[in-house]
Amino acid sequence: MTSVTDTAPARPAFRLTRAFQGLERLVVPVVLIAGWEAFARSGMLPPALLPAPSAVLHALGDWVFGFDETTQTYSGHWLRDALASALRVFGGFALASLLGILAGVAIGWSRLFEKTLEPTLQMLRPIPPVSWIPLAIIWFGIADKPAIFLVFLGAFFPVLMNSIHGVKTVDHNLVRAGAMMGANGRQMLTDIVLPAALPSIFAGLRIAVGSAWMLTVTAEMVAVKSGLGYVLWDSYYFLRYDIVLAAMISIGLLGYLSDLGLKAIMARTLRWQQATTVQGRAG
Amino acid sequence: MAAIELRNIVKVFSDKRRGRDLLTLDNINLDIEANDFVCLLGPSGCGKSTLLNIIAGFEQATSGRTLVDGKQVERPGSDRGVVFQQPTLMPWLTAIDNIAFHLKLKGVAKAERYDRAMESIDLVGLRGFEHHHPSEMSGGMNQRVGIARALLMNPSVILMDEPFAALDAQTKLEMQEELVAIWQKRRSTIVFVTHSVDEALVLGNKIVVMTKRPGRIREAVNFDLPRPRDITSPEFNDAKRHILSLIREESTRLAQAS
Ligand SMILES: Nc1ncnc2c1ncn2[C@@H]1O[C@H](COP(=O)(O)OP(=O)(O)OP(=O)(O)O)[C@@H](O)[C@H]1O
Ligand SMILES: [Mg+2]
Repeated sequence: MTSVTDTAPARPAFRLTRAFQGLERLVVPVVLIAGWEAFARSGMLPPALLPAPSAVLHALGDWVFGFDETTQTYSGHWLRDALASALRVFGGFALASLLGILAGVAIGWSRLFEKTLEPTLQMLRPIPPVSWIPLAIIWFGIADKPAIFLVFLGAFFPVLMNSIHGVKTVDHNLVRAGAMMGANGRQMLTDIVLPAALPSIFAGLRIAVGSAWMLTVTAEMVAVKSGLGYVLWDSYYFLRYDIVLAAMISIGLLGYLSDLGLKAIMARTLRWQQATTVQGRAG
Repeated sequence: MAAIELRNIVKVFSDKRRGRDLLTLDNINLDIEANDFVCLLGPSGCGKSTLLNIIAGFEQATSGRTLVDGKQVERPGSDRGVVFQQPTLMPWLTAIDNIAFHLKLKGVAKAERYDRAMESIDLVGLRGFEHHHPSEMSGGMNQRVGIARALLMNPSVILMDEPFAALDAQTKLEMQEELVAIWQKRRSTIVFVTHSVDEALVLGNKIVVMTKRPGRIREAVNFDLPRPRDITSPEFNDAKRHILSLIREESTRLAQAS
């Protein structure tokens, strides 16, 4: 492509945007990391207090692959730690999703459940999940259970609220159409109300998976002796800020991946919605 | 015994937000015989959809009795197929799944469902779109899915709320012919809401003209012109003149009243 043609002016610009599109999501992180590296190396703060990104990467690398034991006892144990946290997230999140959707649909659909169940739940909702830690520990001891319980508390309410909202905003003409076609009570819920409420339920699940990661780390700081949160807090006692940061990055990354996974499931499940939504424009 | 009996139907919507009540249907009395094709004509807002909703069982009349096949209407049921004024399809289902939805509720296997729904797809001219979602089809196409859905249920009573309003002239003509053919074949009872005097006279053998709000029945006209109907024939025009005069009287009466 050396000759200049009539269409030439348009094409390089087009290619530039194409090339940029792949990289656009990297711009902000690269600028941030470069600035941080420069600042850390300038010596304005002692390296122990603000490790350079390169040091953090080093710690993370050793934690994952165990090449030079700079992370000492954690060296090479990242997978085990990440798995421990991920299982707690998964356990608490799964439980919260199941019960949140069940309770949300019940409250959204039935006046009886709305009157009996909702006030109690709405009163429990403003209590910060963290404040349950003392009770969680005396009830469940120091193990996975209190952690899963906290994750559950954090993930349950977003699912609940969005499920209630989703059911309450179902187009009542769809319910009429269902009744006209002879749907019984159960079919009305499973074949009409639930699918119609699904977009809203998914919005709740995505908020919930974020809360789940936040809370598993909190729980691991106090109630468990394993997982990314435990490593984070333990490293803090030994002033290993490089590992603290490596743990933070790991949590962020895993949280991001969980959300991506959920988003993919949502895109598949809600494909019917795409032609009518703003989101559908891009694809 | 008529197929549908409406006895002293009164419907009042209580408007809590504005703190007043709205009398929408005022003492409606109507007998619809089995195999009648009734066209309901009336100005916008006179309560045609409301009346249909009461027969369908979606709404309860404030007072009065609604009987279908001699039984008091208490809830919706698949003996009364409804074509809604808005298509009202399940947006997460494809055209064919929407059409065959009542079969799914009955637990009919997928192959058979699709087999039977395909016939209806052809009937409304949507072959090639059976696996499209409502969001991927036009308003008129969605409306035809809604029509196919109600027809496949093969109900004894079909309630249709301006089903052809969103269709072009050509498709409308075809659908009108199809509907008449189906009605003649199945001998079902149809209540068909429309704004168009011509449409009412092409389709119906009984034309019910309603007054402006609060809705009352102005007159029920029997119209037994043989089919296919010639819309240029003197009989057609006589009937049209009569219906139009009813509507015109109504508007002059209102003008004098105000
Ligand atoms: N759910 C409701 N709550 C309060 N008022 C209502 C309700 N449904 C209908 N109405 C009122 O009842 C009147 C009749 O409404 P309806 O939908 O039956 O009219 P329509 O004859 O079908 O009109 P159109 O030809 O425009 O469809 C209107 O004035 C409307 O405002
Ligand atoms: Mg209407």
